[in-house]
Amino acid sequence: MDALLTDAFLSSLLTGAIVAAIPILLAGLGEQMSEKAGVLNIGIEGMMLMGAYIGFLVAFETHSIWLGFLGGILGGMMVSAIMAFLCVRLGLNQIVIGIGLTIGAEGLTALLHHFQFSRTYPRLPAPVRVDVPGLTDLPVIGSSLFGRHPIVYLALLGMIVLALLYRRTNLGMTLRAAGEKPSALDVAGGSVGRLRVAAVMFTGAMAGLGGAYLANIGAGLFLPFMTGGAGFIGIVLAMLARGRPLWVLIGALIFGAALSLTTALQVAGSNIPTDVIQMLPFAAVMLVLVLFGRRAKLPAALGIAYERGAR
Amino acid sequence: MADEIAASAAPENGAGPRQGRSAFQRLLTVTIGPIVGAFLLSAVILLLVGVNPLTYYGYILERGLLSGLGLEQTATRMAPLLFLVASLIIAFRSGIWNLGTDGQFLLGAVAAAASAPLLVGVLPGWLVLVVGFVLAAIAGAIWSVLPAILRAYQGVNEIITTLMMSFLGVLMASTLVKLVLLDPGTTVPQTRTLPVADRLPRLFDTSISSGLIWGLVAVVAVHLMMTRTSFGMRLRVVGANPAAATHAGLSVPLLTVAVFGLSAGFAGLAGAADILGVQGNVRADWNPAYGLMVIPLVFLARFNGYASIVLVFFYSALLIGSESAARRLGVPQDFTLVLVASLLICLGLGEYIDHKKSRKER
Repeated sequence: MDALLTDAFLSSLLTGAIVAAIPILLAGLGEQMSEKAGVLNIGIEGMMLMGAYIGFLVAFETHSIWLGFLGGILGGMMVSAIMAFLCVRLGLNQIVIGIGLTIGAEGLTALLHHFQFSRTYPRLPAPVRVDVPGLTDLPVIGSSLFGRHPIVYLALLGMIVLALLYRRTNLGMTLRAAGEKPSALDVAGGSVGRLRVAAVMFTGAMAGLGGAYLANIGAGLFLPFMTGGAGFIGIVLAMLARGRPLWVLIGALIFGAALSLTTALQVAGSNIPTDVIQMLPFAAVMLVLVLFGRRAKLPAALGIAYERGAR
Repeated sequence: MADEIAASAAPENGAGPRQGRSAFQRLLTVTIGPIVGAFLLSAVILLLVGVNPLTYYGYILERGLLSGLGLEQTATRMAPLLFLVASLIIAFRSGIWNLGTDGQFLLGAVAAAASAPLLVGVLPGWLVLVVGFVLAAIAGAIWSVLPAILRAYQGVNEIITTLMMSFLGVLMASTLVKLVLLDPGTTVPQTRTLPVADRLPRLFDTSISSGLIWGLVAVVAVHLMMTRTSFGMRLRVVGANPAAATHAGLSVPLLTVAVFGLSAGFAGLAGAADILGVQGNVRADWNPAYGLMVIPLVFLARFNGYASIVLVFFYSALLIGSESAARRLGVPQDFTLVLVASLLICLGLGEYIDHKKSRKER
């Protein structure tokens, strides 16, 4: 294993971990908001994929990565708007609709991509990086930690803002009420429906942004089905984080490292088949669930549509 | 959440307040309406990408249902789908979301493909097939042990664990094929091939695999087990109300594990039916991903086995037709995903309208 522990290997592992962690961090933070408000958002995989496709398309056509991110956010929100309408307004089963939206987004993006690009997979130019002066030149960690696209730093900032929102503001408390005891919130004069719709839309925006990052920065191109379960991993992160954004970040980094081992081991010339390495993140999720699954805490009213006056 | 599946799992219970409306009206809102709605919604998407929906649907109808060969292919394709339906009926009627059938299906397929070709000549032909099916069921069931235990004894949500195990299972199947079960006789990464003569016999003079019969038997057996036996009754009670089940002296954890085992076992059988009946071997990276697609059908059928069989027939025709349409009309097969998703959403809407109407009458 000594041959593996070279600077190049560690640096590419760390870089890969961060690049792979950002989409699932964004998805996990988004899912956390929905779950807090009482909506189990299984459609997040579809929202990511739609964000990846629209985000890529916009970036490709406008040559602007920022417009691409905006497109990704809108793409994710288009899917989450359907979820908000069907699951919050009409109170339909969140799991059935969630699966439907994921399947639908998979099919739709693959179909649109086929008619747009046929069998070609055009690439975006390499993204701009922002170097933090002085720190980027550090060995191993320098370019991997401090030479990232600005969206990475924005994601971290977003995590801090969310942590403050949940702990320090009325809105955070109200959100929790919507997930734990919606009838109490209703009696107190809050609108459960409106809060949940807002939470689901936020989830779509975050998942869409995560998808756009995956396509525009992570891969530099769009491939059908490219999210490959990243959204589902985001759901696990949100479940295990017990409502705290910091834990979503920690989890995302761990799974990001597992994901990036694939590329890093290939860089190091390992001959372990990729299928085995690709199992790592999912195996890591199962291991975490076996060890800590009992401690996952979910809001009491999660997955249950709120209907005023119902038992 | 388990209550929610169970609530829709008990179609008979809802009959009371709905007497004011004819059964036909209900059928219209919760079955025919959603199907028509799904085809219309998908037609809009076809129009968006510049394909004439009438041409496309007409082609599928002609290829999957109206041509002799197409009909035979449709009937053959039903076999694995029927086993998957059986798997999902057990799980959903017991209030368990088994979303990991893709992984269980593939590992079952690999188990059958690994064993059957080696046993040809060693065992009599029928026993080779039986062993293949049994090993496939065991392989599928093993893949559900972890989610089962986590759900039964730790209360970990099975939606996530079965999905994760599914991703793992798909990769595991492909790894096994590439590393362990490679056919030394060919350079293509695939398992040994079961000779056509040793596969499931064909029906009469057609090309239809007799896997169809076994699939039908499986669905009917599961339907009767869940609705007519005391074991099925126990499972449904656990699904509908775990607390009540505990009070009634039922061992909820054990029954939960049993549900997972049975459901995953049937998913494994589905894999075997495809391999021993049609494919003959497993190629690396082969994954038809039928699992999630069958879910809407089972919901549309209200977890009723007989209704599921009818829907599987039409879905199977759609698959055969769309595979051919992908080559002939240049519409990728991914379009069936859009159609299935539209069906799920229209189904939810139909359910909502039905709910509203039956309320008004009360």
